[in-house]
Amino acid sequence: MSETWIVIVAVGTMTVALKAVGPVLLGGKPLPEHLTGIVGLLAPALLAALVVTQVLGGDEEIVLDARLVGLAAAIVALLLRAPLLVVVIAAAASTAVVRLFI
Amino acid sequence: MTPGRYRDGARRVAPIGIAAFAFGASYGVLAQTSGFGSVEAIVMSATTFAGSAQFAAASILGAAGGVVSAIVAATLLNARYAPISVSMAPVFTGGVVRRLLESQLIVDESWAVSRRADGAFDRRLLVGAGLVLYPCWITGTAVGAIAGDALADPASLGLDAAFPALFLALLVPQVRSRQALAAAVLGGAIALVLLPITPAGVPIVAASAACLIGWRKP
Repeated sequence: MSETWIVIVAVGTMTVALKAVGPVLLGGKPLPEHLTGIVGLLAPALLAALVVTQVLGGDEEIVLDARLVGLAAAIVALLLRAPLLVVVIAAAASTAVVRLFI
Repeated sequence: MTPGRYRDGARRVAPIGIAAFAFGASYGVLAQTSGFGSVEAIVMSATTFAGSAQFAAASILGAAGGVVSAIVAATLLNARYAPISVSMAPVFTGGVVRRLLESQLIVDESWAVSRRADGAFDRRLLVGAGLVLYPCWITGTAVGAIAGDALADPASLGLDAAFPALFLALLVPQVRSRQALAAAVLGGAIALVLLPITPAGVPIVAASAACLIGWRKP
C-alpha cells in the first residue's frame, strides 16, 4: 500500500471513530446529570476557540492579517442585528477587498 | 420547543456551503500537488470529511514529512471531535448503524448550527446542515483535484474569513449567562495562549477544558 493510502485509511478510521464515539456508545440516552452543566458550556468554549484559531492562526504562530478586518466587519454586522448570511458575506467581502489592495 | 427541521439546518449552513466547496477545491489542488491521485483525494474527503486534518495530512506528505507525522497531525486536529461527539450523543437515536452514519455528518459548522435557542442540540438541524456540507466538500475536492490550479484561491475571495464569522455569529446568542460568557472567554484565552507554542489542533481541544467550570459534584 502506498504512503498516501496508509494515511487515508488511518486518518479516515480515526476520524470516523472520533465522530461516532458519543452517538454509538452513549446515543439516545440523557447524559449523567452532573455532566450536563459541563457539556452545555462546551459550545461557547469551543466556538470562541475556533474564532481565535481561524482569525489568528498560522503555522504555530499568531498571524495578523486581512482576516481581522473580516472579523471586525462581522462584529459590526452582528451589532446591527444582521442575519447570519449578511454577517458571513460581510466578513468574506471585506477581507477580499483588503487583500486586493495590500 | 418544537424540534428543528432538516430544511432549517440546510438553510442555516447554506452560506457556508459555498466556502466549503471552495476550500474543498483548494484541498483537491493541494492533494494533487502532494502526490495524491484524484481518486485518493476524493476518497479522503468522503471518509475523513474534516478540512483542517486533510489539509495538514496532505501538506505533510507533500513535503515528504512522513506517514507518522501526517497521521499524528491529523489526529491532533480532529481530537476536538471526541468532546463534540459526546456532547451531541443524547440526540442520536435509532439503531447503532444509523447512529454511526449520522454521526459522520458532524463537522464544526454543522455542529455549531445544530444548537437551538434553548441550548439543546437538534439532530435534524445537524443532519440537514451536514447533508449540504458533505456534497459541497466532495464535489469541491473533485473539481480541485481534476481542474487544478485553474481555480481562484479561496483566500483571495476572503472565504477564509467566512468560517470565523459564522462561529462568532453562533457564539453571540450562547453567551447570555455569566457562566457561558466565562467559558467562552476562558476557551478563547486558552486557544490564544497555545496558538504560537503547540501544534495545530491542540489549542482547540485544550480550550474545550474551559467547560469544566460547569462541573457540579455528582
